Amino acid sequence: MMKRLMISLFALSLMSGCGQGGNGEQSAASTNPQAQAGNASGNTEQGAQADAASDTNAASAVMAPDPDAILRTSMQARNGVGLDRLDQDSLQIACSNAEDRAGDQAGKLREAAMAAIEFPEDGNYLGDWKKGEAIAQNGRGMQYSDDPDDPNGGNCYACHELAAGEVAYGTMGPSLRNYGQRGQSEAMLKYTWGKIWNPHAYMVCSHMPRFGEAGILTPDQIRHVMALLLDPASPVNKAE
Amino acid sequence: MAMSGRMMGGLLGGALLAVGLAQAQDDTFDEYRSMFGDDNPAIFIVDEGSELWTQARGPENVSLEQCDLGQGPGVVENVYGQLPRYFEDTDSVMDLEGRLIHCMVELQGFKREEIIEGIYSGAGDNGTEMEALVAYVADASQGSKVAVPQSHPEEKAAYKAGEALFYHRAGPYDFSCATCHRQSDKRIRLQSLPNLTEAEGARATYTTWPAYRISQGVVRTMGWRMRNCARQQRLPELQPGSEAVVDLLMYMGVNAEGGSMDAPGLKR
Repeated sequence: MMKRLMISLFALSLMSGCGQGGNGEQSAASTNPQAQAGNASGNTEQGAQADAASDTNAASAVMAPDPDAILRTSMQARNGVGLDRLDQDSLQIACSNAEDRAGDQAGKLREAAMAAIEFPEDGNYLGDWKKGEAIAQNGRGMQYSDDPDDPNGGNCYACHELAAGEVAYGTMGPSLRNYGQRGQSEAMLKYTWGKIWNPHAYMVCSHMPRFGEAGILTPDQIRHVMALLLDPASPVNKAE
Repeated sequence: MAMSGRMMGGLLGGALLAVGLAQAQDDTFDEYRSMFGDDNPAIFIVDEGSELWTQARGPENVSLEQCDLGQGPGVVENVYGQLPRYFEDTDSVMDLEGRLIHCMVELQGFKREEIIEGIYSGAGDNGTEMEALVAYVADASQGSKVAVPQSHPEEKAAYKAGEALFYHRAGPYDFSCATCHRQSDKRIRLQSLPNLTEAEGARATYTTWPAYRISQGVVRTMGWRMRNCARQQRLPELQPGSEAVVDLLMYMGVNAEGGSMDAPGLKR
């Protein structure tokens, strides 16, 4: 609960630009109805209003569901994958809806994502496309069935078409065939790196994982995937 | 008898796996599946489940014939398409697997932890009792319509919770169920993804689990499928019969209303 409130506070600070002040907790609860359940502090005007509202709703006996609490009683830690995996950050909270939109938080979330991208300090964006291809093919990593000592894969082919020779590609994401035609300008390098690091910097509530931000891939691995996309010698940029 | 059938299925599975790896296109698989005709190796597991249902077993040495799956004690016909549902005796909404666990504990005296520990086949396993029982119960619902109830307030609440769970993003990959299952005509690698927010996709999914998984040579249940979704979401292990499973299954089942049960299915 404490963690969730802190996360909510962070979401609030993103939204309003200031997370300070004594009314933080109460406001955070109002931004996140899930956190509100079980929070009985009704000692402020807004809190009292919320309590009154839930009293009214109690007649219909339909409380707002709390998926986080349900998951915590429905899952068990296994092989190093613990319940802390369920802790949501502000972006996950904002994007957990049927519309797939972060609403009025989108701008702040996008800016925060952009500001946190760690670009290579030495300006070296491109590694070895062959290693990148192996990373793109590898769907393992961070599952309780995986060996935590093995490097994570990027699993790019799960969602994207890349090399011409690989027909077993998914269609969740756009085709990246001939991505290298976009060139290697600094803007292109930074955009591609940033998109892999944290796609929400460009499209909030993207379905793509935050490969850099979440520590799924290392900077070196991202360099290799960058080369797979941009190296003219990469099969992504060959006719077949 | 049942074992030799199982082994035959395993051999066939091995053959398909080779084919499947080479050209795992859906149409190729559909062709292969049609070669099976009506011969789903799951029939042997259904037989096994039927025996398990009627045998006196467990510390209490009784059968499951007094188990109430929603249509009264002992009624197995046409229950699958009406689960999950609210049960008065537990004052909770339960799915088939959760209800079977409940009966095995309350009637037969088995220990819940022991049932759950070995509930699904691991790599190389030859099938579990739960898989056989689920196959048996599903088979007895062949052809019946999906009509998951929404009359009790708890059933309505389970649907709402299931919907919220469906869109809930968590884990290092930010995945929700919706990430993969809210769009139509998408696929991961070559595997088509059902859109579970619409009747067509929800029906196609709800009505074909449990299924004989040819590549694995065992019957897989919906609980197993959902546990593996959670694993691929990089989340902890989803527990059989848990509230999240029940709620999500309620969401899918209600969305699948009107579909015709066709399980155990046959899947790659």
